[in-house]
Amino acid sequence: MRRSVQQRPLSPGRRSVQQRPLSRGRNRPQGRLTLVFVVVTALMLTLLGRLWYLQVVTGPSYVRAATEARVRSVVLPPVRGRILDVRGRPLVANETKPQVSVDYMALIHQPDGGRDVLTRLARALGRPYQEIADRARLCAGNVPRPCWPGSPYQPIVVADDVSVRTALWIAERQSEFPGVSTALRPVRTYPLGSAAAHVLGYLQPPSPDDPEGGPELIGRDGLEAEYDRELAGRTGIRQMAVDSTGKVTGLVREEAAVAGDTLVTSIDARVQKVAERALARAVTAARKRGEPADSGAAVVLEAKTGRVTAIADYPTYDPGVWTGGISQRDYEDLPLVSAAVQGQWPPGSTWKVTSTAAAAKAGYSLRASYDCPGGYKIGGRVFHNFESAELGRMDMRRALVVSCDTIFYRFAEKMWRRDGGLKPVKRPKDPMQVMAGEFGFGTATGVDLPHEAAGRVPDRAWKKANWERTKADSCRRAKTGYPEMSDRRRAAYLKALAADNCRSGGVWWAGDAANFSIGQGDVLVTPLQLARGYAALANGGTVFSPRIGKQVVRADGTVVRTITPPVVGKVDASRKTLRFIRDALAGVPRTGTAAGAFDGYAFKRLPIAGKTGTAEAYGRQDTSWFASFGPLKKPKYVVVVVVSQGGTGGTTAAPAAREIWEGIAALSHDQKKHKDQKKHKKDGGR
Amino acid sequence: MTTLGPLSVRLPAGRATRRRSQARLALLPALGLMLPAAALSAIGLLLVWSATRNEPGSTLPQRQALSVGIGFVLMWAVSRIDLRVLRAYVPVLYLLGLAGLVAVLTPLGRTVNGSHAWIVLGDGLQFQPSEFAKAATVLALATALGEPRDGERRPGAGAVLLALGLAALPVGLIALQPDYGTALVFLVVAAGVIAVSGAPKRWFAAFAAAGAAALLLVWRLDLIRPYQLQRLMVLADPDADPMGVGYNATQARIAIGSGGLLGKGLFHGEQTAGHFVPEQHTDFIFTVAGEELGFVGAACVILLMLALLWRGLWIAAKSPTPFGTAVAGGVVCWLAFQTFVNVGMTMGLLPVAGLPLPFVSYGGSATISSLAAVGLLAAVNRRTRTPA
Repeated sequence: MRRSVQQRPLSPGRRSVQQRPLSRGRNRPQGRLTLVFVVVTALMLTLLGRLWYLQVVTGPSYVRAATEARVRSVVLPPVRGRILDVRGRPLVANETKPQVSVDYMALIHQPDGGRDVLTRLARALGRPYQEIADRARLCAGNVPRPCWPGSPYQPIVVADDVSVRTALWIAERQSEFPGVSTALRPVRTYPLGSAAAHVLGYLQPPSPDDPEGGPELIGRDGLEAEYDRELAGRTGIRQMAVDSTGKVTGLVREEAAVAGDTLVTSIDARVQKVAERALARAVTAARKRGEPADSGAAVVLEAKTGRVTAIADYPTYDPGVWTGGISQRDYEDLPLVSAAVQGQWPPGSTWKVTSTAAAAKAGYSLRASYDCPGGYKIGGRVFHNFESAELGRMDMRRALVVSCDTIFYRFAEKMWRRDGGLKPVKRPKDPMQVMAGEFGFGTATGVDLPHEAAGRVPDRAWKKANWERTKADSCRRAKTGYPEMSDRRRAAYLKALAADNCRSGGVWWAGDAANFSIGQGDVLVTPLQLARGYAALANGGTVFSPRIGKQVVRADGTVVRTITPPVVGKVDASRKTLRFIRDALAGVPRTGTAAGAFDGYAFKRLPIAGKTGTAEAYGRQDTSWFASFGPLKKPKYVVVVVVSQGGTGGTTAAPAAREIWEGIAALSHDQKKHKDQKKHKKDGGR
Repeated sequence: MTTLGPLSVRLPAGRATRRRSQARLALLPALGLMLPAAALSAIGLLLVWSATRNEPGSTLPQRQALSVGIGFVLMWAVSRIDLRVLRAYVPVLYLLGLAGLVAVLTPLGRTVNGSHAWIVLGDGLQFQPSEFAKAATVLALATALGEPRDGERRPGAGAVLLALGLAALPVGLIALQPDYGTALVFLVVAAGVIAVSGAPKRWFAAFAAAGAAALLLVWRLDLIRPYQLQRLMVLADPDADPMGVGYNATQARIAIGSGGLLGKGLFHGEQTAGHFVPEQHTDFIFTVAGEELGFVGAACVILLMLALLWRGLWIAAKSPTPFGTAVAGGVVCWLAFQTFVNVGMTMGLLPVAGLPLPFVSYGGSATISSLAAVGLLAAVNRRTRTPA
């Protein structure tokens, strides 16, 4: 070997096997070079493999990631549709106001969590820091309001009653306010103030669970929620190409926002105002008389169409409070429950309309003469008339006018016996329950408002089921009593009641049937249900699912759809019976239980009929009802007023109904005059 | 012979013809080196142009073209040098390289992109001494280990120790900048030259042990900087901090991955246009190849490099002198390691290290020294072809 190396330069052309300088030995350069060759090749093949994996195997996911990094989307909020009354007067409109928003994600990524920026922002807005900081935090768990109920990726509105000057001042100082943006945004306005607040509903940012990319605000209650999809319009999107610094380099795609449709309702703003004023006045008057009068409602329906003309609730609130966040105290105090749609009370004597129809159908003559004693004994207990009045013999017309209870007790007891009494037949006829059901009670009306209550039409089956539900609790109370109660008499009564319920709470007694017949006990109705029941009485038996929305109109004026209240049932009572009841109720405001309230009412101008109701509840004041319709011959409207804990129907609810009727009369008179004038002008023009 | 047919007719030829055919044959292996280098340089020019196309008034492509031109001239010049002559000047070259590295640490040096590795000569004229020191160190190591000694075929202990010392000087100076990526290139080159020179295995093992000890020392003495540690962590979990330390790696992978099989077309890369990958014209140039040329184009870059490396190894194997083998082996290790680290880093295989992709990345010093290194391979090849 050594020799060959020395020889090689001398004889390059002659090589023997031994002379080959680069032998295969492990330590020989040739072997080492092979090793380097293998390593180098392996490294490069590794790179090729990785390249194949990145580009071909997982390439598509990187294409997506690249698009995401390169394209910024800006949501273009559409203008939300207005809500109009039947004459086109706006109930909800929009107004453009400068808003200041903060980007939550940008704030929390700052070293101090955005404290510095918010402090400066609060100073610029002239607000306390805490207020701005509270609005910019996310609602979660036990975070009290104000807080942001929406997604952290949406701009959080911290101020929306900013002057244009302030908004511009902030907008010009982007470097001082990173993550803060200002924009002109449409804000909901309510030209009629608190009118129909519960009907209109309110908007809130979508909760984090809602799908992303939606609008900034969505309807959370009332018509805003029910017609949200049509009112909202379609969110536009502008996608811009950006470079790595976020600088916009071009427009990728733009889809303009489509303004929301306008909802035309059947609400008449003037009747609505009248109803709200009348209700508020009735509540005030009742309170002056010493009644609690904690809540109330007034409903005006079109008898023949099932459209809602007015829904007044007491208490109500100013829907403007939702704009720009709301404090926890204000939020908790807001009366968000609509008494008209979600409130339920026993209907009292207004219920006798269905009981009378049931009696007529069961074969009792309405013109026959019945005795109306002060009390009627059922199962060892005497059921009394109101104030135990001894009223003598009378026909059913008079029984409705003076609101005799004992006649209905007798009907109810007889029907109860016919169904087998305590040992009911297999298929009890339950004429009164069936008739109540036909009038639409016991099922939600299906009105175009959310969270509607269904009311209750109790019968044997319901009572049994209810007993089984409450038995354990009743039996425990029957043993332990109510030691936590300070009122000893009340505690004793409740203990006895619990013992009774424990033992035989599932039995439908004759007394239950008697209570049912006059709308007491376990019967529950909503004011809207009662109104549609009376509409059925007034229109000859058609039961509607009431509607507030009348038309959905596009921004350019074309009608998208017309909403008609669907007919959901028919009262199976003869036309004669219904006419008899209508005529009978005409006497109530003239000579009956509401005569006092309607003293001096111009019956000639707008003749109406109605029925008072005074529903008792243990430990509470009576619920005051008045249900009415008019004009008498061709009923156009139904007016129902209820005041919870408001006293008798005649003293509290009836005067409010009268005020509404007078308002309706005055308005239609104005309209007629207006029409006549128009006609006159036309004629004169010829 | 004649039975072989028409082909064989040309074979029995005169002396002149044989020389000519030998010259023609000599051109082929030279082309095997030049072609990949030229192709890579051309691709690099196009990619630099594409990467800077959205910077108005950028003269970077022109400057890179100038560097490539200078590089090719230098490559040709170096390839013409007789290795024996060159060897005589190795000490001078080595000392010049060291002087450059020392100069960087004096007030002459400048910091660019976090690395204090530059010497600015004047307006817009700057160079990176460490790039030229690579070539000088390869030559120095090859001289130390590839010197034909009396009675010794393999380098002895003294030679290996000398080589280690020669490598340690530039490594230490570069670690002071600090630029651990480049320092690592020197270590790998040293390991490669020691390996191909046929030094006993035990030296090789000792070298590996020393390297491990150095790494441990760096770790224990907290010489590693927090950002370097983070770069390592990001490798373990690529999505850990996509907007922070992991940004480069994440964006690089997105750019390459989104290129797909065929790419988006030269000058049509959207990630490139948006400058999502920082340093996309220098250390991260491969992302532009990946996005715009796709797998097909990016694989071509790797395969061209592989062709060049194989050619270099062939030259090393065919070199009649240990010196030539060592030089060629060192150059191959240098280019291979730098390519692997650079491309591997852009694809998330290795931590982010500031090493350019030879021939392709923008950067005058790196381009010129890489092309000069190819010239060294050609010089070794010439010596193989034309016997002394």
